[in-house]
Amino acid sequence: MKARLIDKSGLQWLLDRLGSQGYEVLAPCLENGVVEAGPVTSLEELPAGVEEETEAGRYRLRFDGKEGTDLLFSHALTAMGWQRFLHPSSEPLWRAELRGGALEIQPLPAEAPRRALVGLRACDLAAISIQDRVLAQNDPRYARRRENLFLVAVNCGRAAATCFCHAMGTGPEVKQGHDLVLTELVGGGAHRFLVEAGSEAGAGMLQALPGREPEADDWEEKRARIEAASRQRRRLPEDTGDLLASSLDHPHWEKVGERCLACGNCTSVCPTCFCSRMVERTGLDGQQATHWRLRDSCFDSEHSYLHGGPVRRDRAARYRQWLTHKLHHWQAQFGTTGCTGCGRCITWCPVGIDLTEEVAALEVAA
Amino acid sequence: MNRPRLAIWKFSSCDGCQLMLLDLEEELLALAERVGIARFLEASRRVAPGPYDISLVEGAVSTPEQAAQVERIRAESKVLVAIGACATAGGIQGVRNFLDFDQVAGYVYPQPEVIDSLARATPVSEHVEVDYELHGCPIEKGQLMELVSALLAGRRPDLPAYAQCQECKAAGTPCVMVSRSEPCLGPVTRAGCGNRCPSVGRGCYGCFGPAEEANPAALNQQLSALGMSEAEIGRWYRLYNAWVEPFRKQGGVGLKPDLPRDPVGRASARQQTASKSHE
Repeated sequence: MKARLIDKSGLQWLLDRLGSQGYEVLAPCLENGVVEAGPVTSLEELPAGVEEETEAGRYRLRFDGKEGTDLLFSHALTAMGWQRFLHPSSEPLWRAELRGGALEIQPLPAEAPRRALVGLRACDLAAISIQDRVLAQNDPRYARRRENLFLVAVNCGRAAATCFCHAMGTGPEVKQGHDLVLTELVGGGAHRFLVEAGSEAGAGMLQALPGREPEADDWEEKRARIEAASRQRRRLPEDTGDLLASSLDHPHWEKVGERCLACGNCTSVCPTCFCSRMVERTGLDGQQATHWRLRDSCFDSEHSYLHGGPVRRDRAARYRQWLTHKLHHWQAQFGTTGCTGCGRCITWCPVGIDLTEEVAALEVAA
Repeated sequence: MNRPRLAIWKFSSCDGCQLMLLDLEEELLALAERVGIARFLEASRRVAPGPYDISLVEGAVSTPEQAAQVERIRAESKVLVAIGACATAGGIQGVRNFLDFDQVAGYVYPQPEVIDSLARATPVSEHVEVDYELHGCPIEKGQLMELVSALLAGRRPDLPAYAQCQECKAAGTPCVMVSRSEPCLGPVTRAGCGNRCPSVGRGCYGCFGPAEEANPAALNQQLSALGMSEAEIGRWYRLYNAWVEPFRKQGGVGLKPDLPRDPVGRASARQQTASKSHE
């Protein structure tokens, strides 16, 4: 079977089924004025009819979606992304205890619950596939969490103003990396979901879904929705990597450095940033220590600190490092770009620094 | 085994940071087992003489007596830690540093000639070498425990120098400035408070002082775009950490150099008597 057409009760059935198979179901919901992934048992908890208006340094929700009020996936993205479920911002790795004068080291196993992530977009899947290359081989904790995921993606029907997945070739259509993909359809007044499988596990689930064969109209509406979501204003030039490599001394870096807060918001919301640092935590008794891995940012001075001081001394140098790593060195290092075009770094920069504009400024000869 | 000896000192401050020690409750007992508390007037009047292994110093240095005492504390302490916004930045009393001392004294005290004060309330680090600083108004218990545990274990304490934003993001708190146009000093403020204000939808007001890489000039542009006047922005920086750079420079922005008119005429009466201010 290639695809199923289900209604809302069919989608609820899917959530229930995942729950009964032992998955913690995480889906977009409203939290603190943003759309964010959280534990969900009922479709009622999804942010129906909500759209986000994003711009550089600005995020607002709007409740009067153009297509009516009951589209469950009318928003474009979860605000902070899904990375925390795969690569948490803090995690204890091992513990050492002093027993009878000898040091006992005890590894602390990764928490890797079975989780179903529902509502991922094509860019989110692209981010996971990049992290798979970067982390899966080197980080068994990531690999364990990754194995226990069931991924239900959604094809976008609209793009937020900060989206540029189309230019990055990562979306908006979900093509790989998913177990199931939904396309939410409303044509003819009937609210329904076209469901396709992208893996064996997904195909198994698809078989069991209560629904019917989709028809030509359904496929046509899917195509039209993806086309609508492809209309995006932002872009990065095709030769961005080369451009960055040849612009290391461009005066524009200094201008960005003046605007940059070095606050680390961009690296915190980037779905592919993976840097971490290690710290020891000891108790007062001096008998035990825990080794923690914490999320790190290349905008902190300590990130590049060697004897004598940080290698990247100022904000301009750090912004250049972040952008050239993400858009250029990543290619040599991991065989892929580090940018998915999700636009979160643009939206969540408190002063609205927009990487697509910064790259465009580099195109102008110094 | 000889336990390390801990001493707590206080200059111009509200005692709130010392209270965080008492607020450790159960952990305070564990702490008292590991260190000998040689001097902690908030808890006991008994004072054991120095030298001390660790001195925690609260408060800004604002009198000649304190300036001399902080030198003595340094001389008899192996490790000196400045705790709280007063000791690390001058605290609230640092706000007077922006004004003429004689004028301020005349405005506040009926007999300012009996006030023996330095012209400025300054952080401990302006007087002696400081080994560590715990920031905040007041300091955070978790950071205090981290510091003491690290000193006891002989390791480096993990005290963030980066901006509050990273703490917000790690806690999953959406940026209040981006998502609701709430002015916030988080991007220029040191992390470590545990994300207190943004987690309840309020902007950070900078009680942990400037982050290492703080860029207030860039943030101020955004704050004025959100509708704050230059004077309001200046007042915001002129709070708990007014006298430490780069907040100091911002705190001077939009500042009216003259105090409001003295309602009871003390200041004019004061002009005739010589003040005892020290520079």
